[in-house]
Amino acid sequence: MLSIRNIVKQYANHRALDDVSIEVEKGKIFGLLGPNGAGKTSLIRIINQITAPDAGEVYFDGEKLNPDHIGRIGYLPEERGLYKKMEIGEQMLYLAQLKGLSRTDAISRIKYWFEKMEMQSWWKKKVEDLSKGMQQKVQFVATVVHNPELIILDEPFSGFDPVNAEIIKDEILELNQKGATIIFSTHRMESVEQLCDSIALINKSHKILDGKVKDIRNSYRNNTFRVEYTGTLSAAVDNSIYDVIDDKQLEDSQQITVKLRDGVTSNNLLSQLIPQVQIHDFTEVVPSINDIFIQKVKTSSHE
Amino acid sequence: MNKILLIIKREYLSRVKKKTFLLMTFLVPGLIIGMITLVGVLTKTGGDESAKITVYDETGLFNGKFNDTKEIDFSEATRSFAEEKLLASVEGGGFLLYIPKNLEHGGKIDIYSRKRATFSVLGSIEDQVNETMREKMLKDAGIDAATLNKIKPDFSINTKELTDEGEKDSSAGATLIAGFAAAILIYISLFIYGAQVMRGVIEEKTNRIVEVVISSVKPFQLMMGKIIGIGLVGLTQFLLWIVLSSTLMAGAGRALMPKDAIKPKTEQSASQKKATEAMQASQQGPAMSMISAMETINFKYLFTNFLIYFLGGFMLYSALFAAVGSAVDNETETQQFMFPITMPLLFTYILSFSFIVNNPDSTLSFWLSIIPFTSPIAMMVRLPFGVPDWQLALSIVLLICGFIFTTWVAARIYRVGILMYGKKTSYKELAKWFMYKG
Repeated sequence: MLSIRNIVKQYANHRALDDVSIEVEKGKIFGLLGPNGAGKTSLIRIINQITAPDAGEVYFDGEKLNPDHIGRIGYLPEERGLYKKMEIGEQMLYLAQLKGLSRTDAISRIKYWFEKMEMQSWWKKKVEDLSKGMQQKVQFVATVVHNPELIILDEPFSGFDPVNAEIIKDEILELNQKGATIIFSTHRMESVEQLCDSIALINKSHKILDGKVKDIRNSYRNNTFRVEYTGTLSAAVDNSIYDVIDDKQLEDSQQITVKLRDGVTSNNLLSQLIPQVQIHDFTEVVPSINDIFIQKVKTSSHE
Repeated sequence: MNKILLIIKREYLSRVKKKTFLLMTFLVPGLIIGMITLVGVLTKTGGDESAKITVYDETGLFNGKFNDTKEIDFSEATRSFAEEKLLASVEGGGFLLYIPKNLEHGGKIDIYSRKRATFSVLGSIEDQVNETMREKMLKDAGIDAATLNKIKPDFSINTKELTDEGEKDSSAGATLIAGFAAAILIYISLFIYGAQVMRGVIEEKTNRIVEVVISSVKPFQLMMGKIIGIGLVGLTQFLLWIVLSSTLMAGAGRALMPKDAIKPKTEQSASQKKATEAMQASQQGPAMSMISAMETINFKYLFTNFLIYFLGGFMLYSALFAAVGSAVDNETETQQFMFPITMPLLFTYILSFSFIVNNPDSTLSFWLSIIPFTSPIAMMVRLPFGVPDWQLALSIVLLICGFIFTTWVAARIYRVGILMYGKKTSYKELAKWFMYKG
């Protein structure tokens, strides 16, 4: 769907993006992650053709990015805004027409969305009369009203209350089901980790990691398990197969986190434990994207 | 292109639909007409009360020579000089005019009063004194004043312009006023509508809507759409003003001025009659020549040029205003950038009334009316004096080049500026933005 190749964006005294390449598959949900100031917004602005890169190319659906693609992309910027004094309906109509919809198409699409989001009565209202949450809904509709194939959401859930955030999330997933490709950009990695098929991590204008969420997490598995049990683990257990990382006393059970030594499997561990204690929970500890990111940033800054 | 039209439409409609637009449309011509009427009425009726002047004449020459006017009542002194002086010194005591015995030999006439006499009162008295003295001196010299007055010549010069179409009547005065009015209107409206462009840009920036919009259109399209939309608002406003004022003027003219003076005045009410008489007495001459002069001005020529220079000047300056708007976060920060923009306008405005009007064909005037930054105002002042076609053409071509240039510069600053938040901008920063690629 989107192929970003060797993008460089240079501002006067800093380089916002340095040789960044990213592939976004069609119909997937993609997470563009990184701390504030990493260069996410710069990259998104390039995709939206708000700014042009100093080097590198972007391909949209196999074609080199050009102004015809603008109507096929929906963009919710991090800095939200609407005309305060303009009626909501009129405003939606204006924004939809700017995206290339005809007036009649725009009206029917807006009506569809207003009904779906239960905002039919807002048509004649002005933005300044709406609450912040309501404004966010309006803004979301403005982003998707022209039925874009690619939807880019910059910090999508900031400013939403949990109820509305859930509504928006469901709408996004539904759009994705219908075939739209979604790009989430956020610094709050845990918020989109479960949603995304693939991610790219950006830090200090460099892409430091990308791939399928599953693959990334798998590659960061390190044979660590967490066991919750009752009973006493006698010292007779062969200590040589694992190292205890953490040992915690819970309310009515014991929890240990262990890292298995090379060549030892979870079954070996279980066969050691089962005779001695009652096991309530046995999970592999897979690092979260957040953990991976922190780990990755630490190692890359050591280099 | 289609998108620019959408933007123009929004910018235009959102402003024209505002109540303030409607208010301005009616208020301004109303105010102008009101002011003209007020001035007319005030000059016709003069001051609210007439000045009472007691004449203490030691020469005896002026006995019965002073004629009461609309603003002055004369009376002979009946008491001694000291007593009259005392009377004049109290509040509301009127004026005491003292004419010394040695008037013919260098004596000075004094006027005593608590309240200072107005210029028109003084002027009127001086005229009458001079007239009386002139008659006396003529008589002393053996010349008959009546004969002299009879042979007093009364010529006025008609200005005839020699143009390619032959000679035509022109009136320097009336055209000059029209040119001045056009220059002032351009000066004011460049500020008003330029500031509107700037405020519009700041509004979009602080509302953060700008990023949504420019993900659909190019920043240049948004900027041009805004400038053109607001320019059209300005034009609409002017047209409405002109239509409204001329309708009101025509109405007022019909009410104030009888179609033909011979028509019996019996139909008129007493107050109207008084007004008409007063006007006929004092105003008719200049008013009539003014109206006939208005007809001789080539209004179409002046108006067409006014539109060209308003639009050209507006495009040129509003692009700069837009750039300023994009560089700041709120209106208070605009000050530092406004100065260089307003300087050339102010400079031309001042020079127009002090220099260009007296030296319309001097080198400085020529250059001021050619350079795009100053020509919209300077040319308007020069036009009534006649400007060669080649100069006009050169000035307009340069104006067009000028606004293309400023628009280009402004667009480069604008596209970066609108996405910069919370940063205090310096000129150095602007230059950097200008250099950015893409």
